[in-house]
Amino acid sequence: MLKINNISYKYHSDHWIFDSIQLNVNPGEVVGIYGPSGVGKSTFAKVIAGYLKPDRGSIIVNGKVSPQIGRNPVQLIGQHPEKAINPHWRMKQVLAESGEYSDGFLSELGISKEWMHRFPSQLSGGELQRFCLARAIAPETSYLIADEMTTMLDAITQAQIWQTVLLLVERRQLGMLVISHELPLLKQISNRILNFEELARAI
Amino acid sequence: MENISIPNKKNKIPLLEVKQLSLSFPQYKKGFEESYIQVIRDFELTIYPGEIVAVVGSSGSGKSLLADSILGILPENAAINGTLLFKGVALTKNRQEQLRGKAISLIPQSVKALDPLMKTGRQVQGIIRDKKDKKRIQEEAFLKLGLAPGTGDKYPHELSGGMARRVLIASAMVSEAQLIIADEPTPGLDELAWEETLSNLKQLSEGNRGIMFITHDIQAALKIADKIAVFYAGETLEIANKEDFSGKGEVLRHPYTKALWLALPENDFKVLKGNQPESEDVFPGCVFEPRCPIATGLCKTNKPDSTMINNGITRCFYA
Ligand SMILES: Nc1ncnc2c1ncn2[C@@H]1O[C@H](COP(=O)(O)OP(=O)(O)OP(=O)(O)O)[C@@H](O)[C@H]1O
Ligand code: SF4
Ligand SMILES: [Mg+2]
Repeated sequence: MLKINNISYKYHSDHWIFDSIQLNVNPGEVVGIYGPSGVGKSTFAKVIAGYLKPDRGSIIVNGKVSPQIGRNPVQLIGQHPEKAINPHWRMKQVLAESGEYSDGFLSELGISKEWMHRFPSQLSGGELQRFCLARAIAPETSYLIADEMTTMLDAITQAQIWQTVLLLVERRQLGMLVISHELPLLKQISNRILNFEELARAI
Repeated sequence: MENISIPNKKNKIPLLEVKQLSLSFPQYKKGFEESYIQVIRDFELTIYPGEIVAVVGSSGSGKSLLADSILGILPENAAINGTLLFKGVALTKNRQEQLRGKAISLIPQSVKALDPLMKTGRQVQGIIRDKKDKKRIQEEAFLKLGLAPGTGDKYPHELSGGMARRVLIASAMVSEAQLIIADEPTPGLDELAWEETLSNLKQLSEGNRGIMFITHDIQAALKIADKIAVFYAGETLEIANKEDFSGKGEVLRHPYTKALWLALPENDFKVLKGNQPESEDVFPGCVFEPRCPIATGLCKTNKPDSTMINNGITRCFYA
């Protein structure tokens, strides 16, 4: 289980972005989170994925305090894949850096062999986002946080990517937090949906 | 190919006419032999004054390159062919240069396009031709877009994303632009900002400006556009009216447009298998054939031409 224990975070000393958030995510569960711009959803995502350290509270992943040394079992995927990938590397190298991938897994994610020799600038947003997914879904990964993951994508590509992700969630019993402004999308994919403002206010 | 225009607009001169536009990039393969990959094929689009035409396309369909083609800011190595007319006169490279940022202007995808070192009011005033009245014109535009008095004295970093976006729209509003290209102005916005941005774009179209609204968001297109051009693998597959998007998409003409409509989470969230063809792939037949649920042998070998059906345009043998 991913246990988020009363975490609080502030960038500056005088203003809490959020205070005492408490939330549990079970393996195989998809939790949708929505809320207006600027309320701290992405900050929350970064804290849970270990990019930012909470000022109070703790994150427990499968019984251990997070983050541990080594690859984080909690992985974050954002809205801008182009920012997450080294622009000077060919895609083959981008993938090689984070592990070995079977052809089957890559084609399941809709990654064409053609793309391996390209630089990130020669791929579209949807194409790049599939690489980010491949990198995030390593064998050690047990929780995935998607922060506006498919916002940049057309409806068909979005539906395709979510179909694949939901299949992997099911098969590997991944737990997921999905942050999106699109309620209709959250209704399609989530087991439960939370309003971030209420989540941050509760207790 | 016939020049097909929407009948009720026949007597007006279009602001922008694009016919049989194609765009390719050289690609060096093994053996240093030069070959080309085509990223836009046979594109056509007409925009009349006062009209918002959405270009809805998948990611990687070449939408941004399309905007660059019209503005004349393609990379050096791009090879472009076809007809581009602005108010009935050919858009040559020279003319593009003269009109760019003036009669034809871009609302860029990123708010990073604002100058970080200059107050927003001054930035917008810099675009206004009437130098005597520029402060008043700028302030009026800000007011019209719901920017509080005093916003003009702020630097871009002091504004939220939504406010910065409105400053970009104000720039287009005060310019002498007749044709405005808005490139993906809505992704990542929350519902309120999304609604606002769209109504701001609608305001821009008043006063006989034409707007080419590039987006992957069908709902955004339906909200403000008069016509919707569906772009796939560098081709226009359909030009539909917004009323055509309803129910299970029965009225839509092209199988791809139907699939796009049904893939929306508000509808069936239905997945269409396969990927958009690679730019390198050359098709003797219909570009959608590899994924089309109703394709026949004919579609494999022959390219469907654009035809007018039910006050819209499509490229499908079986529409
Ligand atoms: N300079 C280039 N050289 C070769 N191929 C390119 C170049 N620029 C773009 N492409 C190809 O053209 C296709 C269209 O690119 P473009 O970035 O215009 O797509 P887009 O529709 O704007 O995508 P998105 O919605 O993700 O921004 C891409 O699939 C890419 O492979
Ligand atoms: S022409 Fe054929 S393959 Fe192309 S969309 Fe129509 S039915 Fe499908
Ligand atoms: Mg683009």
